[in-house]
Amino acid sequence: MNRINKKLQEDKKLLSIYFTAGYPDLSDTVGIIESLEKNGVDMIEIGLPFSDPLADGPTIQASSTQALKNGMTTEVLFDQLKDIRKTVSIPLIIMGYFNPMLQYGVEAFCKKCAEVGIDGLIIPDLPVDVYNDHYKSIFETHGIINVFLITPQTSEERIRFIDSISKGFIYMVSSASVTGSSSGFGDVQTNYFKRIHQMELNNPQIIGFGISDHKTFSQATQYAKGAIIGSAFVKHLKLEGKTKIEYFVNSLLQP
Amino acid sequence: MTYNINNKGYYGEFGGAYIPEMLYPNVEELRQNYLKVMAEPEFQEEFHALLKDYVGRPSPLYFAKRLSAKYNTKIYLKREDLNHTGAHKINNTIGQILMAKRLGKNRIIAETGAGQHGVATATVCALMGLECIVYMGEIDIARQAPNVARMKMLGATVVPALSGSRTLKDATNEAIRDWINNPVDTHYIIGSVVGPHPYPDMVARFQAIVSQEIQWQLQEKEGTSKPDYVVACVGGGSNAAGAFYHFLEDTEVKLVAVEAAGKGVHSGESAATSILGKEGIIHGSKTLLMQTPDGQITEPYSISAGLDYPGVGPMHAHLYKSGRAEFVAITDDDAMTAGLELCKMEGIIPAIESSHALAIFEHKKFKPDDIVVVSLSGRGDKDLETYIDHFGL
Repeated sequence: MNRINKKLQEDKKLLSIYFTAGYPDLSDTVGIIESLEKNGVDMIEIGLPFSDPLADGPTIQASSTQALKNGMTTEVLFDQLKDIRKTVSIPLIIMGYFNPMLQYGVEAFCKKCAEVGIDGLIIPDLPVDVYNDHYKSIFETHGIINVFLITPQTSEERIRFIDSISKGFIYMVSSASVTGSSSGFGDVQTNYFKRIHQMELNNPQIIGFGISDHKTFSQATQYAKGAIIGSAFVKHLKLEGKTKIEYFVNSLLQP
Repeated sequence: MTYNINNKGYYGEFGGAYIPEMLYPNVEELRQNYLKVMAEPEFQEEFHALLKDYVGRPSPLYFAKRLSAKYNTKIYLKREDLNHTGAHKINNTIGQILMAKRLGKNRIIAETGAGQHGVATATVCALMGLECIVYMGEIDIARQAPNVARMKMLGATVVPALSGSRTLKDATNEAIRDWINNPVDTHYIIGSVVGPHPYPDMVARFQAIVSQEIQWQLQEKEGTSKPDYVVACVGGGSNAAGAFYHFLEDTEVKLVAVEAAGKGVHSGESAATSILGKEGIIHGSKTLLMQTPDGQITEPYSISAGLDYPGVGPMHAHLYKSGRAEFVAITDDDAMTAGLELCKMEGIIPAIESSHALAIFEHKKFKPDDIVVVSLSGRGDKDLETYIDHFGL
């Protein structure tokens, strides 16, 4: 069974953390992953940096620009991850934009993911129908779970469709926004979380975008299986470097 | 083979809508409505009335007598430079502002590079009384001050794009992010035949007025609606899309797309996207784009701010790949020389973008009885300083 599915069966709310590979320094990728696992994080999204990240706010954009300057490439990332399964056992997901994967070759990319022990992919700009028509069988051959996004604007019919083709969890974008732009959840978000919760989908939901602290993490996980924290952690890395990851994770889990 | 868009939003293998789910409802709303709205008689009536009375259409199809004599062929210039705001860009913004109103949007966003599309968007927003926010790269804001001032005078808010290379591609990213953050009340007026489907097709249809006029104007002047060649410059490709549109399926009309070679196609400072680009995804569209082997989008260079886009519209990618259009790359120097030649021989100061198309006559031999229509996409007022610097005038 894929590590993602196994993790989703655990009887707890899941904390998932995003960070940009090769940031703050090129060689930080593996150390950050190991440190996050050691401090109790349940799942990690490793950001493959892209020059034009359309769905990301300034924090993740800036980290991507820096990572690319540091020399991060698809090839380098896979090389850094080649022994990751010797030390890390939690689910690992690569989150990145479609063009770098297309240039690497989608088949080669999925194959390499399987080789190094990546469990899933989140590709914001790969549309559901294109995935379904062209890439689904490649992902399935290599046992890679493709995670789809829904937003407050996604219609019920489309959510049902996305649920029907999802194999792990659904990435619930908390509000109409790019990453890193929320300052807490109000009634609008809570009602949306409730609405999706009441749909009783087949796939559990993990909420991302706008989650930055214990309060927003608790709010999100009241209605969902877990929550993803990205920009807040990247900001932490910017300010503190790789130190105090333990402190950061604890501050999310405890009030 | 067809050279037009298919019902899935692709030109051959190019096009589609590679967008984050956050944009899906916006783009889907547009996709479901654009053809329906454009087919409404009231829409067509309003669109054409504004093109006539506000933009000043039809733009003349001018027989360039002295230029024709020099190159021993029949050269016609399609005078988009005479439109209100000085370029073809206004054809599209008029169409899209009417579309936005039909869709009930009250906030308009746009991206701009040199500022021509920003000015054309600010103009139609003023005309319709709608809020207008234009994203422009920080570097472009500094080097295109007159157009920034124009946009402000027209009531638009100009927001600097501070990310990435701080030019057109980043301004486009910022506009897309704005649309993600404002999915309900906002319409994004894209300035070229780029972006996710249906934008390339919608913009091409609004610009198609150019080739429609060429057909009847040529009929009047030459007794045929068919030129032998249509020549247009291509950055994103909207003026070329408009000039080619009604000739796409008629292969007797040869299409020539002129890209900016910058300091030379292989100099490392070029915007010859079709030659240098590889298939990939940019701004929601599968097309040809300039990128690193790793799939990072690179920054193009051209002396012309309207041609330095790292991608090309999917229609043009298809025209290139299928061989339907001939693609020629013209250097900065050759374009500037051709621009100055038009000034001296015909009394017309062309935009540097258009000068690239005019440079075709030094690069390609035409027969004496060939009818060659060149899209003179814009006027050169905005480029005076560049001309002055280049020639030491």
